[in-house]
Amino acid sequence: MGRVAGKICIKQRMSTIQPNIEQPVSEEMQLVRRAKRGDDQAFEELVRRYDRNVFRIAQHITQNREDAEDVVQEAFLKAYSNLEKFQEQSKFYTWLVRIAVNEALMKLRRRKPERTVSLDEDVKTEDDSLPREVADWSPNPEQMYNQAQLRDILTRTIQGLPAGFRTVFVLRDVEGLSTEETAQALELSIPAVKSRLLRARLQLRERLNRYFQKRASGDGDQ
Amino acid sequence: MKCSEFLNELTNYLDGALDARTKSELDDHLAWCHNCYVVCDTTRKTIEIYRNSELYELPDDLRARLQAAIMTKCSGHKKSGPASG
Repeated sequence: MGRVAGKICIKQRMSTIQPNIEQPVSEEMQLVRRAKRGDDQAFEELVRRYDRNVFRIAQHITQNREDAEDVVQEAFLKAYSNLEKFQEQSKFYTWLVRIAVNEALMKLRRRKPERTVSLDEDVKTEDDSLPREVADWSPNPEQMYNQAQLRDILTRTIQGLPAGFRTVFVLRDVEGLSTEETAQALELSIPAVKSRLLRARLQLRERLNRYFQKRASGDGDQ
Repeated sequence: MKCSEFLNELTNYLDGALDARTKSELDDHLAWCHNCYVVCDTTRKTIEIYRNSELYELPDDLRARLQAAIMTKCSGHKKSGPASG
């Protein structure tokens, strides 16, 4: 297979996983307080800040575009109508994510009533996450495929994870919430978040192996 | 350190959430255990690929439509007063 330069690119190498959201808390809280006083423009600013994040989270959980659109609307409306109940003990964004995750899980339950969909959903055995295949990857695995191929691989792979694992991975590794924020948003303990994150990461790695391994022909080697 | 012990700490290691002594023990393990090195490296790549993949980006037209719908609903809520739930 010839190598096609992927347009989905790695923005930068990083030694540790850094948060994706960099909003000064005080500025966010000022908007929240203005919104609480009835300033709809302030609330609209909060919508503009976080609608992309909420949409991504919702689509990752529901795996359905229309449901994700509904979740975005319902989550913001619920946040707006319950703003007085927001105690300001966490970031507004963490509180909003908690609302959005709950809305998304409800959608998922309605669509898949035959399955229990819960953040408490657990893996069958510890062995599910143990590495079975240990093979090195191409130095730039994302460049082994074109944009559409890579998108398809990543989408299908993450959709195969249990909802409870997928949600923790998306909040922590895609959206960049801290472990503590993820625990708050999902109402899980920190050890539970860490355990699920480890297993989610290892399961995704295992499933991506077949696509990103170094090839004997040297494809992907540089 | 056993490989299973390394795996248990992998998330903390990748997140830079270890004290210096534990990190050093894991670094030592990685220096001689090729399998753990590969698992660590490919797990890091897994995270980076997803982090930067831009799956499910919100298109501008849909975004504008959603924002308008949200603010219309919020205005309606304000006029009709808080609903239960």
